[in-house]
Amino acid sequence: MTTTSNAAQAKPVTGRRRPLAGYLFVAPFMLVFAAMFVVPLLYAAYFSLFREQLVGGTIFVGFENYARAFGDAELWSGVARVGMFFLLQVPLMLVAALVFALVLDTGLARLSRVARLGIFVPYAVPGVIATLMWGFLYGPDFGPFAQIADMFGTAAPDFLGPNLMLGSLANIVFWEFTGYNMVILFAALRAVPTELYEAASVDGAGQWRTAWSIKIPSLRPALMVCLIFSIIGAFQLFNEPNLMASLAPTVIDSAYTPNLYAYNLAFVGQEYNYAAAVSFVLGLVILTGSYAFMFVTNRRSRS
Amino acid sequence: MTATKLNLKRPKGKRSTILTVALLAVTAYFLLPLVWLIIASTKSSADLFSTFGFWFSGDFAFFDNLQQTLTYDNGVFLRWMGNTILYAVAAAGGGALLAALAGYGFAKYRFKGNRAMFMGVLGAVMVPTTALAIPTYLLFSEIGLADTPWAIILPSLVNPFGLFLMRVYAEQAVPDSLLEAARIDGASEARIFFQVTLRLLAPGFATVLLFALVHTWNNYFLPLIMLNDPELYPITVGLARWQGQAAAAGGASGDLVSLVVTGSMLSIIPLVIAFLYLQRYWQSGLVAGAVKQ
Repeated sequence: MTTTSNAAQAKPVTGRRRPLAGYLFVAPFMLVFAAMFVVPLLYAAYFSLFREQLVGGTIFVGFENYARAFGDAELWSGVARVGMFFLLQVPLMLVAALVFALVLDTGLARLSRVARLGIFVPYAVPGVIATLMWGFLYGPDFGPFAQIADMFGTAAPDFLGPNLMLGSLANIVFWEFTGYNMVILFAALRAVPTELYEAASVDGAGQWRTAWSIKIPSLRPALMVCLIFSIIGAFQLFNEPNLMASLAPTVIDSAYTPNLYAYNLAFVGQEYNYAAAVSFVLGLVILTGSYAFMFVTNRRSRS
Repeated sequence: MTATKLNLKRPKGKRSTILTVALLAVTAYFLLPLVWLIIASTKSSADLFSTFGFWFSGDFAFFDNLQQTLTYDNGVFLRWMGNTILYAVAAAGGGALLAALAGYGFAKYRFKGNRAMFMGVLGAVMVPTTALAIPTYLLFSEIGLADTPWAIILPSLVNPFGLFLMRVYAEQAVPDSLLEAARIDGASEARIFFQVTLRLLAPGFATVLLFALVHTWNNYFLPLIMLNDPELYPITVGLARWQGQAAAAGGASGDLVSLVVTGSMLSIIPLVIAFLYLQRYWQSGLVAGAVKQ
């Protein structure tokens, strides 16, 4: 991330002082961004301060919805659940992606091109279809795991039951996104200047030493990007539990994840005002989490 | 441009059999569900429930399944496929063009608010999808855009990751000297962009286009909220609807399950082909993005 800020300051250049042309180039994007992002967010911030009543219509209530959200046990149990999901799934996924990228980069395995594409292919599969497929595979009736267990005369674990559901969801997300993270890390490894490796091999460093002392440190910025996107993704978990709910309606309730809760408040309960407040509180959680992570890792790297 | 080429000249040590086997085992895990899907799409709905999932059954029912999937409910599946293609192409094409224009503008022009606007857009990725989708739905309902294709295309045009990548890419791939030369020749800024810059940005553009295509193709949440009319559904919402009907009907709806399976298989083919076919472009585009993270 450090180079981004350097790049933004831009080298002193001559002849680039054409501010009008610059504005015209960024204008289409910024206009769409304003209309599709800034305006809806401001509107949501505005109507999150109101409450609809059966009698008396809509009234201004100030921060009452936010106070309710902060004391809402359903919301916080959802936040705790996606927090657990994050701790369970993201370290595993990023470590796996890192190991795969390093192995592929050494070129020590045969068929590594096939492996790279095979691991990445799930990213091109829509989350909806990934969930449907894994839902069939997990299934207690005709899922292959249940069939194999049946052959050995035992029962497969209840992947869709209350104890394993979070792990089953974590597996789906792992399957979908490990390859994506691997490709980003692999691309970052390819961008490491070759001279560094030459210098290392002159110094007599082996593969392990090169990976640990040169490759992993130079992956830090890319890993940070992967981590931030994973925090955002984990806390916004929606598609997978939303679809799993039809297979396991008793396990996944309407507040299983915070996004599912906000969705159900808005589009099932018609409580738009409160749903807006809930989703802003979730945004605050994500923002705090991301900054806390950046703060901790930056401090550690300096010391 | 040298940095954007895949660096293939790496010192190669002795190949390791253990690593190869381990890597293939890992690859098998990632391919297993897709193998299951392909096998399942060749089975009749009776065999789907009664035969082993990871092997073919006696009857080869793929063409029956295909025909049923494409004709069920007056061919609504093809309609969903068409919708998905329309939404994905319009949103990804428009979004990539907007990102290319703006990325180039942010990288190569100095103006007031350049950095602030750029950082503002990047910060937007933190906003939860529901926080944005609820007010967007309400606003679109007010102006009559909810339950129309625009409700999917317009919000999908905003692509912060694409903007980031295009800006990084433009910084390295477009030399200032070339722009200066074109200006001395009297070319207008717009002409420089469309005749000089866009060609240099091509690999980055392809990367942004492809990832935006996947993003819109796979989008579920936005169409779920915005659309009521099944005729307008993209494939994701349509298949989820079939699956919901199958689950609600329990065992009585075996046929619908094979439709979900076959439909799922059909709908992932185009993207998988696009990724395999265009891999040279998106991989070099990502390397370029990685240089300056």
